[in-house]
Amino acid sequence: MHDDSGVLTGAHFIDGDHACSEGAIAAGCRFVAGYPITPSTEIVERIAERFPFVGGVFIQMEDEIASSIAIQGAVWAGKKAMTVTSGPGFSLMMEHIGYAAMTETPCVFVDVQRAGPSTGLPTMPAQGDMMQARWGSHGDYGIIALCPNSPQECFDLTIRAFNLAEQFRVPVLLMMDECVGHMIERVIIPPAHEIQVFKRRYYHGPKNELLLFQPDKDLVPPMVKAGEGYQIHVTGLTHDENGYPNMTVGAQAKLVTRLVNKIRMNADTIIDYREDGVEGADIVVVTYGITSRTAIPAIEQARKEGMRIGHLRLVTAWPFPEKRIRELASKVKAFVVPELNLGQMVYEVERLASGKSKVELVPHAGGTVHNPKEIYAAIKHLVKG
Amino acid sequence: MGEDALYTIDNVVPPNPIENLLRMDRIPHIWCPGCGIGTTVNCFVRALQTSGLDLDKVAIVSGIGCTGRVAGYIKLDSFHTTHGRAIPFATGLKLANPELKVIVYSGDGDLTAIGGNHFIHAARRNVDMTVILINNMTYGMTGGQVAPTTPISATASTTPYGNFEQTFNLPFLAESCGAVYVARWTAFHVRHATKSIKEALTKKGFSFVEILAACPTLYSRRNKLGDGLDQMIYFRDHSEIKHGADTKTVALDFQGKITVGKFVDIERPSYQQLMYDHLKKKLGDQYIPSPEMKNVYGKNGN
Repeated sequence: MHDDSGVLTGAHFIDGDHACSEGAIAAGCRFVAGYPITPSTEIVERIAERFPFVGGVFIQMEDEIASSIAIQGAVWAGKKAMTVTSGPGFSLMMEHIGYAAMTETPCVFVDVQRAGPSTGLPTMPAQGDMMQARWGSHGDYGIIALCPNSPQECFDLTIRAFNLAEQFRVPVLLMMDECVGHMIERVIIPPAHEIQVFKRRYYHGPKNELLLFQPDKDLVPPMVKAGEGYQIHVTGLTHDENGYPNMTVGAQAKLVTRLVNKIRMNADTIIDYREDGVEGADIVVVTYGITSRTAIPAIEQARKEGMRIGHLRLVTAWPFPEKRIRELASKVKAFVVPELNLGQMVYEVERLASGKSKVELVPHAGGTVHNPKEIYAAIKHLVKG
Repeated sequence: MGEDALYTIDNVVPPNPIENLLRMDRIPHIWCPGCGIGTTVNCFVRALQTSGLDLDKVAIVSGIGCTGRVAGYIKLDSFHTTHGRAIPFATGLKLANPELKVIVYSGDGDLTAIGGNHFIHAARRNVDMTVILINNMTYGMTGGQVAPTTPISATASTTPYGNFEQTFNLPFLAESCGAVYVARWTAFHVRHATKSIKEALTKKGFSFVEILAACPTLYSRRNKLGDGLDQMIYFRDHSEIKHGADTKTVALDFQGKITVGKFVDIERPSYQQLMYDHLKKKLGDQYIPSPEMKNVYGKNGN
């Protein structure tokens, strides 16, 4: 049984999708809107079952467009909210990732990636939505994207996704994949009091002094919710600190620069990656999500043969750990980047390696995971070269 | 006023009676001379003022377009969302805090073309909200393109040889999808429209008020129908009030008869009332509604 806060403390044997649902409940999410799409549906199914017991409201909307904006209405009514989908639905949600970025509506989008483009391979794994996550909506803005590689991390990072969304008032994208979503493993859910939940910051000052989009020092303005008598105005148009439309070059520069800078300036506190044997390595394998696990046998095999191989796993894909890759680029011979796509995050590594070290993609069109031998072959080839 | 008193703008011109609900710091508005949207805003605010609603708990949501700008001028919690998506945003707002009265105020293209899917589903679910749709029969903001509401044979910038597409009969659409309150007026019928909006605002469930309004710049001009005043004369002379009319019979055609009135006013439990009652029945005391849900829907004792 869950405790009063809805946290299902204990050891569970569940898949990544269900772990994501539990993470959302533990993070305080009490509104979910979604539309059925494999391989993400188990998340909303579990939410639909659990929410009546924890004070939550779930609605299955008429499509993903509706889902991705309904959650934002719920946020402005004072709830923490998320929507859940896979590639085709993620494409439909792009407009509202932009709206969330522009209106600084904290919310979580979960994308359990499957192979595309279009309907693609329902529902076999891929990591083909990584650049879409960063750039999919029109215009300039900043987002945060996280990549779990296990059911446990689906739980942990869903909580972190909500916390980051609240802290920076941005849409946070949890970039799962079919493997991680359907993989069943042990998931430990700690007691509620041990789970850190970021409480939404609200403005409590007088009404006549409210500037709805006046940022604090961290470039993030506090929230105001509907129904409190503040008579707020929220728009997707370029706006001033008052939230009023302001169709000028100056207002555009000021607002959009801040939307991008609030992520850039706080990147060090957001970025999370895990390293194994990177110091002194000749070659560093850069991975994320399920690929971080298929790379391990390849790395171990190479190490057994005496090669000095490091492993850097991205936990946050966006913002990208620019400093670290740049730093490593002058120390290592090469980076190997296996991805379940034909080259996406590898462009970031190439940009930062800036010719100082080689970068080799191990592509895969999706549908299954890499054979570790392919990753091993790439490592071996670079060591020889 | 004494002989020596100074005449100032404040004592010569009486204050606008709806000023308290307008964001006067955003006036002048963007609407063209002769446009009917401002008239409907006047009706809406007057309805709101006499509705008895706690204005701190009223939120207005618009989509995109000329009518989509209404939310930006109303001094309530106001949300200017994306094109066609005012209804799903409002759905989230209402479901998350049912203590709010949620109004969607947007145009015909926004709500029934790009937003048509959301319109029919919100009506089907009977989500507790009032939708005020201003039908100017065209896409004004983008320059007068054909809309699902453009009458057959009318000219639009994207139907330069006249429109040949079937036109939506919006009251019929709303009723068949499940709306519990459906009325239609024109910008000429300010008192009727105000009364209908007031009724809609206090109705539980999905209430819908369509108001026809002239777009002199991009619809009337292109169709050689004169200016805003000429369209008002058309509304006056060609409207027939038929309360309770069968919505099947109220379709509009080019400069033809306009059936106006209150067509539907029925009782049906709202989406959230159904959700609350159903979960309470199935799960008993184990059901933990949100505090706001319990406050609003727990009173019936089901």
